[in-house]
Amino acid sequence: MSSPAPSPVHSGARSGRDVAVVAFAQSSHTRRTDQLSEVELVMPVLHDVLKQTGLTANRIGFTCSGSSDYLAGRAFSFTMALDGVGAWPPISESHVEMDGAWALYEAWVKLQTGEADTALVYSYGKSSPGSVRDVLTRQLDPYTLAPLWPDSIALAALQAQALIDAGLTDERGLARTAVRSRRAATANPHAQLRGSADVEDLLRRPYEVEPLRRHDCPPISDGAAAVILAAGDAARALHANPAWIRGIDHRIEAHQPGVRDLTESPSTRLAAAAAGAFDAPLDAAELHAPFTAQEIVLRRALDLDDRVPVNPSGGPLAANPVMAAGLIRLGEAAALIHRGEAGRVLAHATSGPCLQQNLVAVLESSAGGTR
Amino acid sequence: MPPEVLSAPLIVEFPFTRSTGPVLGAFLTGLRERVVLGARGSDGRVLCPPAEYDPVTAAELTELVPLGQLGTVTTWAWNERPRPYQPLDTPFAWVLVRLDGADTALLHALDAPRHAVRTGMRVAIRWAAERSGAITDIACFEPAPEGPEAADAPQAASPTRAEGPAA
Repeated sequence: MSSPAPSPVHSGARSGRDVAVVAFAQSSHTRRTDQLSEVELVMPVLHDVLKQTGLTANRIGFTCSGSSDYLAGRAFSFTMALDGVGAWPPISESHVEMDGAWALYEAWVKLQTGEADTALVYSYGKSSPGSVRDVLTRQLDPYTLAPLWPDSIALAALQAQALIDAGLTDERGLARTAVRSRRAATANPHAQLRGSADVEDLLRRPYEVEPLRRHDCPPISDGAAAVILAAGDAARALHANPAWIRGIDHRIEAHQPGVRDLTESPSTRLAAAAAGAFDAPLDAAELHAPFTAQEIVLRRALDLDDRVPVNPSGGPLAANPVMAAGLIRLGEAAALIHRGEAGRVLAHATSGPCLQQNLVAVLESSAGGTR
Repeated sequence: MPPEVLSAPLIVEFPFTRSTGPVLGAFLTGLRERVVLGARGSDGRVLCPPAEYDPVTAAELTELVPLGQLGTVTTWAWNERPRPYQPLDTPFAWVLVRLDGADTALLHALDAPRHAVRTGMRVAIRWAAERSGAITDIACFEPAPEGPEAADAPQAASPTRAEGPAA
């Protein structure tokens, strides 16, 4: 195989049918939900998101979910959660073994084909039954990485140290990110960690895996989220202020952390360019950076300076239901537009170790950006 | 009063057998013989761990290159409280190590005192006493001996070509 040209930008990413997020719901994320099955975790969120639009399940054109068998501890676990949707009479349905942000991408593609006008997207993660820090080692290369059991905090710490070595941040800068995120979450009733001690206090606490302390890591969360997408006139009929997806794209990098420059995220930058993120100023950004240092990487890849509010919801540092935390970024970005608080918002989701794969979407109000 | 929640242990297993193929198979077999192989990428860079397909161009890679037993730490993270199944049960550093002759870095554990660990540090492979053709045949890395690095002599000097899968 000769060396191919860079992959072309997906032609549908910034054209085709206008598709909007018209509703978003999420659970109140908590450390444990021992008394709830996955179905019981998802059901109230599905009811909430459908009620917002007045739609019933049989009027949804396409349903797509994101979840992980490794959290549930059984194969095809998503089929159980489908009971929460009500799949009789038969529905058009799909599932990704990924964060719900990628389920949203699949639903967006489905709406682009014209085969559906509305889509229900949901995802959930119940991390509490196992040790998610160790479970995540099972997503790694089974020959060279997984046998060493490098947990998610260890891999994030390697990335953080690379940033510190490059002079791009320090432990104080990381702590400031944690404080800002969790204080922003005080306004978010769904967040799990709301409020924070100050930077000096945090820096006196012990390391988890140096250079990361507990505050640099996301909480362990059980939770679910759901979004309804609609195309064109259907979207305008369902919401007075739809959050139009002006661009959406996702890109992946090599799996081995030692192949990549961990201080940079070229896949984020490529996805952002394809989604049109650099074409006009942004009013806010919701970034799926579960670890403080990863926000630094993403800010650099996205050219975000301090003028753009990042994670006004508190972000994944305030609640991190694995498999839903990326979809929640898209939902929170849409909610800012639904509420009239922003006109143009970037949403980002990630998957894999050390920001291996990244999705970027740009959402706009009907009037466009700049509030 | 909340209802009593019953719970029971659940051990999840995926008992599949996989064949490792001509590149990873050669890498893992090499480890058993205390030889580390890298794969030469489309652009001439040597990747270790070796990749079957180039991470940039996706071209199939077949040329394997023996590497040194010494390397340089490219980033690290101090693990004060090792978790179950990790390479060492005493405090250690997670490290990415660029072995001499390679252009990319390998993840492993470094057995060294905290104060000695830094990016740019020279380290050496500590081989496991019993080796089975697995990444854990490298028990861990340790600080490289001081002075001339005479110990760093790969067994073979010329590139080898990966053999195809066994018929």
